[in-house]
Amino acid sequence: MYPADFRYTKDHEWIRLEGAVGTVGITDYAQQQLGDVVFVELPKPGARVKAGESFGTIESVKAVSELFSPVSGEVAEVNASLADSPEAVNRDPHGAAWLVKIRVSDAKEMTALMDSAAYQVYIAEKAKETPA
Amino acid sequence: MSPRASKPAATAGALRNSRRHVSLDEGLIFEKSAEGKRGMELPPLDVPPVDPAEAIGGSRVRDAISGFPEVSEVEVVRHFTRLSTWNYAVDLGMYPLGSCTMKYNPRVNEHIARLEGLASEHPQHPTGMAQGCLRILWDLETCLREITGMDAATFAPAAGAHGELTGLLMIRAHLEQQGNPRKTVLIPDSAHGTNPASAVIAGYGVQHIPSDSRGLVDTARLAGVVNSDVAALMLTNPNTLGLFEGEMKHIAAILHERGAQLYMDGANMNALAGIVRPGDSGVDALHLNLHKTFSTPHGGGGPGAGPVLVKQHLARYLPVPVVAITPDGHFTLDRDRPLSIGRVRAFQGNFGVLARALAYVLAYGPGIRQATEDALLNANYIRKGLEDFFDLPLSGPTMHEVVFSDARQKKNGVTTMDIAKRLIDYGFHPYTTAFPLIVSGAMMIEPTESESREECDRFIEAMRSIASEAETNPELVKTAPHSTRVGRLDEVTAARKPIFHWKP
Repeated sequence: MYPADFRYTKDHEWIRLEGAVGTVGITDYAQQQLGDVVFVELPKPGARVKAGESFGTIESVKAVSELFSPVSGEVAEVNASLADSPEAVNRDPHGAAWLVKIRVSDAKEMTALMDSAAYQVYIAEKAKETPA
Repeated sequence: MSPRASKPAATAGALRNSRRHVSLDEGLIFEKSAEGKRGMELPPLDVPPVDPAEAIGGSRVRDAISGFPEVSEVEVVRHFTRLSTWNYAVDLGMYPLGSCTMKYNPRVNEHIARLEGLASEHPQHPTGMAQGCLRILWDLETCLREITGMDAATFAPAAGAHGELTGLLMIRAHLEQQGNPRKTVLIPDSAHGTNPASAVIAGYGVQHIPSDSRGLVDTARLAGVVNSDVAALMLTNPNTLGLFEGEMKHIAAILHERGAQLYMDGANMNALAGIVRPGDSGVDALHLNLHKTFSTPHGGGGPGAGPVLVKQHLARYLPVPVVAITPDGHFTLDRDRPLSIGRVRAFQGNFGVLARALAYVLAYGPGIRQATEDALLNANYIRKGLEDFFDLPLSGPTMHEVVFSDARQKKNGVTTMDIAKRLIDYGFHPYTTAFPLIVSGAMMIEPTESESREECDRFIEAMRSIASEAETNPELVKTAPHSTRVGRLDEVTAARKPIFHWKP
C-alpha cells in the first residue's frame, strides 16, 4: 500500500526522488481522511517551495486543507490534469494523481522524512490517538 | 425538483416528529418569465425627462438586462413564499447545529427593533437627533463590558470573523506602537476555522498548537513556543470540543510575560455568560457573536454582529467612531482618535441587531446566568442520553455542546453525515458534521437553553432510533433523507462541477 521507494511527511505527503527531481503527492491515508476531493490548487512551475511550508491547498466536501512541501526547491512541473479530474486523488493517490514535481535544492532534507514502515506505524498510532 | 413519490415503508413507523406538510413544487423564477409582463405600471412622466446617458455617463447605461425575469407581482410573491415553506428554522423545531448557538430569537427583540423611532432612524442623523440610539449603543456596551469583564468596545464588526480581524488589527497596532508588530499568531488545533484566516489577513503567519490528550491547550508546550515573534494566541473558550480551557489565567501569564497578547474567540460565550468573565482571566481582546449568545437572528443572512471588547491598553486603537459621553451628559461620536485602526465598517454596525441584543440582555438581566446554566444542562442531558449509543471521544466535562464520533456506526458503514441526513427525517435540523476536524467523524450537538426537556427527549429518542437503524438497517440511514422534497443531494458533483448560471 505504501511504496518502499517513497518518503513520507507527518502531514501525509509522499515524495519519490529520481535524480534531482522529487515527485510529490498525498498518501492514501490522507485521501481517506479527506473524503471526496473536489478541488486542488497548485503553484505555478518555477515557484520556490520550502520544506514544511504550504505550497497549495486541497479541498474535499469536508474541508479545505493545506499541502505541505516535504522538501525545499523549485516547482518543475505540476499535474495539470487534476484541475479537471480532482477525483483522481481518491482513485490513485500514489500514482496518476501526483501533485507537483520539485527540483530539490537540498537532498539531505530527505533524511528527515519517514520511510514506508515508519509511516505505517505513524498512521496506526494516529488512528488510536484521541483526539485523532 | 419533483417530490419523491413515496418513502420506504420501513421508515413510516419510526418517524415521530416529522410529517410532510403541503408544500408546492416550485421552479426557478426565470422559468416563469414571459415577455412584457410587469409587476406594476408607472403613471406618465410629469417632469422633464433626463437622458440617463448624460446624467451618469453613456457607458453606465443599458437598455435591458439580459435574461432578467419578467414576472407579475403575485408571481414574485408566490415564488418566494413557496420557497420559504421549504425552509427549516428555529421557529419550526430544534436546531442543534454545534458551534453555532442557534437559539430562539425572542419576539420581544423584534418588537423593540420595530419601534418607530428605531426602525426609521437614519445613520446620518446628526448626533443631537440620535441621542436615543446612541444611548442604546452606550447601554449595550456597558452591559457587555460587565458580562465580559472588559474595558471598552466597538460595535462596528458585522460578524464574528470580522471581529477577529478587528481585534487582531488592534493588537497589531498596539505591538507596532511598542516598536515591533511581531510575526506569528498561535492557534490551537481545536479553534474555529476562521481564526487562521483572520490572522493571515492581519498580516501574521499562523502556528498551530496541538491539543493535549484531554483536548485542551498544552500549557507546557505553549510555554516552549511563545517567543518574541509571537504576537498573540487566539483561544476559543470553551473550545470546539465543548471543553473549558480552565488554565486561561496561566495561558495569559505565559503570553504576557513575553509581551504577547491573548485574544479570545467568544463565539462560545453561551457557555460562560453570567458565570465566567474572560477579562478577569487575562484576556486582552475578544469578540462576541450577538447572533449566537445574544439571541439576534442567525442563519439566512442574520445580519450578524461581532462586537469586539478590549482592555484599557488597547482602547485607543478602537475603530472610529466611538460612542462617548460629554461632560453635560450628551452622547456623541468621537472621531478624534489618532491611534485608531480606522473604520472597519460604515456607520455603527448593524444597529437593528444591536437594539435586539440590548432587548435580550435587559429582558434577562442577571437571569443570563440561568440561561447559560440551562444551555449547559441541556448539552449534558443529551450527552447522558446518548453516551451509551454513540462513541464519546473526549470524556472531559461537557459545557454547552457535546461532541460524539461515528466510530461505532462506522463499523456498519454509517457515517456522521448519514446520521445527520437521517435526523432530517425525524424532523430535526442536523447537528454539525465532521467538525471539529481533530475528531474523526465528529457529531457536534448544541441544543442551547431554548429547548425544553421534552424536546431534548424527542431528540435523544430520534438519535437512539437512528443508532438502532444503523445496526439493523444501515442502508436506510445511508440513503436518508427519505421524507424530504428531494432526496440526498450529490454534494461531490455539485462541488466538482458547479453550475452557476441558469440556462434555458
